[in-house]
Amino acid sequence: MGKVKRSPWLLHYDASSCNGCDIEVLACMTPVYDVERFGVVNTADPMQADILLVTGGVNSQSAEVVKQLYDQMARPKVVVAVGICACTGGVFKDCYNINGGVDTVIPVDVYVPGCAARPESIIDGVVKAVQIFQERSDAHDKYVKEHGESERDLSDPDAAAREGNPADFFDAITKTSEGSRDKEAEKK
Amino acid sequence: MRIAMIILYLVLAPLLGGLLDGLDRRISARMQRRVGPPVLQPFYDVQKLFAKQRIVVTNSQTFLMITYLVLMVFTGCMFYSGADMLMCFFVLSTAGIFLYFAAVVTDSPYSYIGGQRELFQEMCCEPAVLLTGVGFYLLEDTFETAKIVQADRSAIVALPGFFAAFLFILTIKMRKSPFDESTSHHPHQELVKGVTTELGASNLALFQITEWYENILMLSVIALFIINKSPWSIPAAILVVLAAYFLEILIDNTSARMKSGKMLELSWAVTIAAAGVNLLILILVR
Repeated sequence: MGKVKRSPWLLHYDASSCNGCDIEVLACMTPVYDVERFGVVNTADPMQADILLVTGGVNSQSAEVVKQLYDQMARPKVVVAVGICACTGGVFKDCYNINGGVDTVIPVDVYVPGCAARPESIIDGVVKAVQIFQERSDAHDKYVKEHGESERDLSDPDAAAREGNPADFFDAITKTSEGSRDKEAEKK
Repeated sequence: MRIAMIILYLVLAPLLGGLLDGLDRRISARMQRRVGPPVLQPFYDVQKLFAKQRIVVTNSQTFLMITYLVLMVFTGCMFYSGADMLMCFFVLSTAGIFLYFAAVVTDSPYSYIGGQRELFQEMCCEPAVLLTGVGFYLLEDTFETAKIVQADRSAIVALPGFFAAFLFILTIKMRKSPFDESTSHHPHQELVKGVTTELGASNLALFQITEWYENILMLSVIALFIINKSPWSIPAAILVVLAAYFLEILIDNTSARMKSGKMLELSWAVTIAAAGVNLLILILVR
């Protein structure tokens, strides 16, 4: 239904970051970078957000939170790992208390490297995420057209099980739009 | 004529409301030396929110939000059909109660506090809103908006105190900065998002559309102070409404949130001082 890419709303979560990347994420909102000109809103509500920005590596305490935030977000949704810690675990990669990058818990679409990631590269990452968001939204529309709207009732614990794991839907999407893009890249 | 006005309100209110919202965000951004989003951004947002998967926290939420929207639209239709103004304000309060219900049916403490504060805001606004109706009645001997717009002189000449009180509570009604108790447009504030915390995407879109209808209705009451039987009063009313809206944006961008107790004291003090004194004078002069 139309161009959703004009209105990407961000949800920012700090998994275990040193706050370096968090400051840079916030810097994107300031008059110097002003991402609101792309329609970006920094919302604090997972149910209303489209793009999940995670900073910092995931540890055993934040893993559950990251998973829950991801599950609470409505489809279509995109995940961006901001900073090298969120991408791979960074300098903490082999530490006993770090699980690794965000992709050890949830599927990640865009990796923004850097320590700390610069606002310019964060904006680049978000712009890339917005493209994926549009593709996924089109796929979601198609899904709704074929299968009907699936309303999620968060008060019903069995609903999520009946509906299936949100990650499955993600896989279905990657097999279509994302997967074909990877193949094209391989051909080149 | 009445039906034409109702249809015009139904169609134009969300368009104008959304456009004003977009201008609001644009002007706010310019005040903060930013470029800001496109003017049509609120429409993009609502379109996107409807395209997303529907999520509800409890099943009754959607019903309550739709009732909120329907009652708000109904109030506006009554107002524009020239019906009893006092009745409009009562239905308006009822609509607000449904938003409160939608906030408190969930278990979220943020949403719950937001709902409580929404009621508190209603309480701050109500005296000024009702007194506005009383003021118009004392001046024109009627509550009916259709007859008020046919007056010989603009109501603001005799009701400046009521106008000031209404302008003051407009900030509360529009949930603008010093009085954005129940919800905030900025996520880093203390209450996260208040009443809208537990609203899924499509319900938030309903909330947004209701806001547009409500803003246009509130601005129409401002216009009612200006409009008289002369056609020239209509462009004058539009100018005053735009100036009032600009004033709201300016206040929003230059003030920090106020404590709720302070809001009650201030709004009631202004209502009594401005509208109350004006009321006494009106009764004495009559």
